[in-house]
Amino acid sequence: MSAPPFGPHGAEHVTAPTAPSIDPRGGRFEPRIETRRRKGRVFQALCLGAVIFGIASLVVLLVDVAADGLDVLSIDFLTRYASRIPSRAGIRAPILGSLWVMALVAAVSFPLGVGAALYLEEYAPKSWFTRMLQTNIANLAGVPSIVYGILGLAVFVRFFALGRSVLAGALTLALLILPVIIISAQEAIRAVPNSLREASYGLGATRWQTIRHQVLPVAMPGILTGTILALSRAIGETAPLIMIGALTFIAFDPATPLDSFTVLPIQIYNWVTLPQEEFRHLAAGGIVVLLTALLLMNASAIVLRNRYRKKL
Amino acid sequence: MSTEIEEAGAVRTRVALKTRSLSVHYGDSPAVRDITLEVPTNRIVAFIGPSGCGKSTLLRCFNRMNDLIPAARVDGEVLFHGRDLYAPDVDPVEVRRKVGMVFQKPNPFPKSIFENVAFGLRINGFKDDIGERVEQSLRAAALWEEVKNRLDAGALSLSGGQQQRLCIARALAVEPEILLMDEPASALDPTATSRIEDLIRDLKRDYTIVIVTHNMQQAARVSDETAFLYLGELIEFNETERLFTNPDNERTEAYITGRFG
Repeated sequence: MSAPPFGPHGAEHVTAPTAPSIDPRGGRFEPRIETRRRKGRVFQALCLGAVIFGIASLVVLLVDVAADGLDVLSIDFLTRYASRIPSRAGIRAPILGSLWVMALVAAVSFPLGVGAALYLEEYAPKSWFTRMLQTNIANLAGVPSIVYGILGLAVFVRFFALGRSVLAGALTLALLILPVIIISAQEAIRAVPNSLREASYGLGATRWQTIRHQVLPVAMPGILTGTILALSRAIGETAPLIMIGALTFIAFDPATPLDSFTVLPIQIYNWVTLPQEEFRHLAAGGIVVLLTALLLMNASAIVLRNRYRKKL
Repeated sequence: MSTEIEEAGAVRTRVALKTRSLSVHYGDSPAVRDITLEVPTNRIVAFIGPSGCGKSTLLRCFNRMNDLIPAARVDGEVLFHGRDLYAPDVDPVEVRRKVGMVFQKPNPFPKSIFENVAFGLRINGFKDDIGERVEQSLRAAALWEEVKNRLDAGALSLSGGQQQRLCIARALAVEPEILLMDEPASALDPTATSRIEDLIRDLKRDYTIVIVTHNMQQAARVSDETAFLYLGELIEFNETERLFTNPDNERTEAYITGRFG
């Protein structure tokens, strides 16, 4: 600050190559290294705090549920149907119902979602129409699930006369998670380097050959991860299934997609609403089963992804 | 142009590819303007010029790679065996098998070495022994000795220079007539670069090669003829030796002597 910016003879020296511009000892800088470092440390501590908060709440939840639910967990609990008498009640029908629904949801939403994502990323012209589709898919991902329940009731249960069936429930949930699958599959497809597409086209591959042999294999781990995370959301959904009338008291195994059904979260919800204390333990046991199913799904996502990665 | 004189005698050189008033626009901005030139068969033609002069864009017209860029518009003609590659009844998929391409950054598929070379054969319905053709291609690209014992290894485990030779082998496998190379050595170290340059000179016997390079020494070392492009226009197209020692155009001279660009 003390050194004059120009030479001793005034402004005419500005353009001369010898004019001193910046003081070599850094007179115009105020580095304040210590303050900058401290800011970094504070931010790091905040991030650590965020991690601890998330993990700790999860641990508290798990311990609380396990403490209530572990004593009801038994083979009998898993293989019995629901009952008015708590000691005889089991969770067989909801487990089977959830398995049925998940299998159908995956079978419907995966091909539709990946197909839509491929169209939007690889085929669609970059027009206002495509952009509008894109925006609306993002909006659909944010629509509350109860709205999908109403849609499912009107379209699948009533219009297509599927009744309160596994199929109606699965189609509703498939619609619900479709936007999420599309968006995550698009991200995975977009992450495939363009150089691979060029290499493939450069050898005389058609668009489909390029997609089938180069783009999809590279994008698949990401697509699978997104799909399984979306399915994890579907397995916990309650509201839309209540809306389309999934029953809570099912004392038989659903054998076809047109049978009526119930699922784990509805059974849990139903038990929680009952006044007797014993049912609350049953609900906690149900939550443990549901969380186990979720963990298994996420674990299988990781295994699948790693198997694909290794093949590359 | 003096391409009519071959070592063998006064035989008129065949033309592998020629352009007529070729222009390319990206949206409204012109990238290549009104270029007419001939690429002779079994010769190496280099495109030089400063960044953004349109040399890569011009190269990518020769196998319709610009089709992949939605905003690109091509006017004029690119004649290959007397047919305009941009005629409505020409399928770019067919063009690209006959006019192969090697890119700036080595871009092997994330598959095995063998599958990289075999891919082009499989998608184009190659009817002969794929294994044999893969070996021939790897030999032609001077890579066979280094990889013959690990064809099943991932292509990404190779070094950068090996990857680029694999990409050349991959391009050769589908039996193109012309090989386009877009700065094929710019991502490589000097040793790998000189191997690629040796390879390019060897390949001239069987292929016509068009190479884009920002490296004037490289153009001088490998090419028979050189085109100098500036701001999308073809300034000079001449025998390489002539262009670098006694250019006809003063802008060419200014560029090769380093006065601009």
